[in-house]
Amino acid sequence: MAILECTGARFAYDGVSVLEDVNFRLEQGDYLCVVGENGSGKSTLVKGLLGLKQPDAGRIVYGEGLKSTQIGYLPQQTGIQRDFPASVYEVVLSGCLNSLGRRLRYGPAERALAERNLERMGIEELRNKSYQALSGGQQQRVLLARALCATKKLLLLDEPVTGLDPIATGEMYNLIKLVNLCDNITVVMVSHDIHEAVRYATHILHLGHRQLFFGTAAEYRESSLARRFLGGNRL
Amino acid sequence: MSELLHMFSYPFMQRALVVGVLVSLCAALLGVSLVLKRYSMIGDGLSHVGFGALAIASAFHLAPLAVTVPVVALAAVLLLRLSQNSRVNGDAAIALISSSALAVGVVTVSVTTGMNTEVSSYMFGSVLALSRADAALSVALSLAVLALFLLFYPRIFAVTFDETFSRATGVRAGAYNSLLAVLTAVTVVLGMRMMGALLISSLIIFPALSAMRLCRSFKGVVLFAAAVSVCCFTAGLIASYFLETPTGASIVLADLLVFALCSLARRK
Repeated sequence: MAILECTGARFAYDGVSVLEDVNFRLEQGDYLCVVGENGSGKSTLVKGLLGLKQPDAGRIVYGEGLKSTQIGYLPQQTGIQRDFPASVYEVVLSGCLNSLGRRLRYGPAERALAERNLERMGIEELRNKSYQALSGGQQQRVLLARALCATKKLLLLDEPVTGLDPIATGEMYNLIKLVNLCDNITVVMVSHDIHEAVRYATHILHLGHRQLFFGTAAEYRESSLARRFLGGNRL
Repeated sequence: MSELLHMFSYPFMQRALVVGVLVSLCAALLGVSLVLKRYSMIGDGLSHVGFGALAIASAFHLAPLAVTVPVVALAAVLLLRLSQNSRVNGDAAIALISSSALAVGVVTVSVTTGMNTEVSSYMFGSVLALSRADAALSVALSLAVLALFLLFYPRIFAVTFDETFSRATGVRAGAYNSLLAVLTAVTVVLGMRMMGALLISSLIIFPALSAMRLCRSFKGVVLFAAAVSVCCFTAGLIASYFLETPTGASIVLADLLVFALCSLARRK
C-alpha cells in the first residue's frame, strides 16, 4: 500500500485553478523532490498535503496508518520569526504537540522523543541555547528535529536550504538523506535547487500549474523537460 | 513600615492590591504572546473600545463589568479577524475602530453626565473605582484567565511560535487565537478601571518587552514578565499613595524604569 497517493488533485483559489491534474504515488522510504518555478503551485501542493487546503477535485490519500496531522513539516523560514525568544529544547518539544491528544502537558514519552531527536540532529549541546542566537544552519537542524518529533513516517520539507551557506546546505542535505535511509522515513521536499534534487531524491515531481513530470530521478534526467529546465547541461 | 500597614488598612487599597496583582499577572502572561504575534495594537484598540462601552454602560446605569466584558470580547474577535485579513488594511482598521470607540465614549459622557471627574477616571484610572462586587468579579475572572493560560501553555507556545506548523499538526490555531483575544479583552476591561483606558495597554506590552531583553527561553520570558509586572504594579501603587500621584501613570512609569534597566543590562 502506498504511503501517499494523489489522484487527479486540483486546487483553486476563488475558483481560479492554480494547480491541476496531479497524480503521483509514493511508497514508504521514497524521497520525492517537488520542483518548479515560482508560482508553479508548489506551496499550494504543500498546503494540500498538510490538509490545510482541500483539493477542489481529486483526492489525497495517506496509507500505512498515516494521518495528515502526523506529517513532520518543516516550513519555509519566512513563516517563523527569527528573533523569537525560545530555547532549542522548547522548539523541538513543541513538535510533539500532535501526540498530546487530549492531554494538556507533555509527559516523559514526549520529553524522551525530543531528547532523541536533538541527538539525532547532533544538537544536544545547543538544547538550552536561544533559538534566535543560532546560525541559519543550526536553526534548520532545530526545525528538522521538531519535524521528526511530529512524525514516524513522512517528512515534508518546504525549501529547507534556502538562505543557507554552501557548507550548511550540504550538511542539511546529508542529514535529510540519512534520516530517509536509516529510519526509512519518506521525504517530500520542495526545492528550487533542481541539481541537488536530482542527486539526492529517488523521485521527481515537476509542477507548472499542472503536473509536468512524475517519475524516478533517473527517468527525469533523461527527459526533455529536465534538459530544458537544467539549462541544457546534462547531469 | 507602619505607614505601609496603614495604607493597606483601607479596604479600597486592599481591593486594589488583590485585583491589581492578579490583573498584572494576566496581562504579563498574555502580553508575551501578543507582543510576539505582533498583536500589541489589539490590546491598545481594546482599551479604547472598553472606554466607549464603559461610558455607555454608566450613562444607562448598567452594571459596568457585565456590559463591558462581552462588548470588548466581541471587539477582540473582530479586531483579530481584521488584523489577519490581508484584504483590508488591518492596522489602519484597528486605529479606526479604536478612535471611533473613544469618540463615542466621550460624546456619550458629555451628553449625559457632562465632562467630569468620571471621564478622567475612565481615561487615567482610579483605585477608588473598584466596588466590592467589582473586586469579587475581577478576582474570579482573572483566576479564570490564569488557569486557561496555564492549562493551554504548550499549545499557546506552539501557536505563538509557528502557527502554520501547529495547524499542520492538527491544532486549531484559529480557536487559540480567539481564546487569546478574549482573555486579553477580559484582562483589559478588568485592568482599565484602575489603570485607565489610555494606560492599560502598557501593562500588557511593557513586561513582555522587558523580559525579552534579558531572557532566552519562552518559559523564562513568561516567568520574568509575570514577576516584573507584579513588582511594578505594587511599586507603582505604593508610590502613588505616598507621592499622591495618579496610580495608573505611576505603574506605567515603574514599568518604563524596569524596561530601561533591562535594556541597559542587555547592552553590557
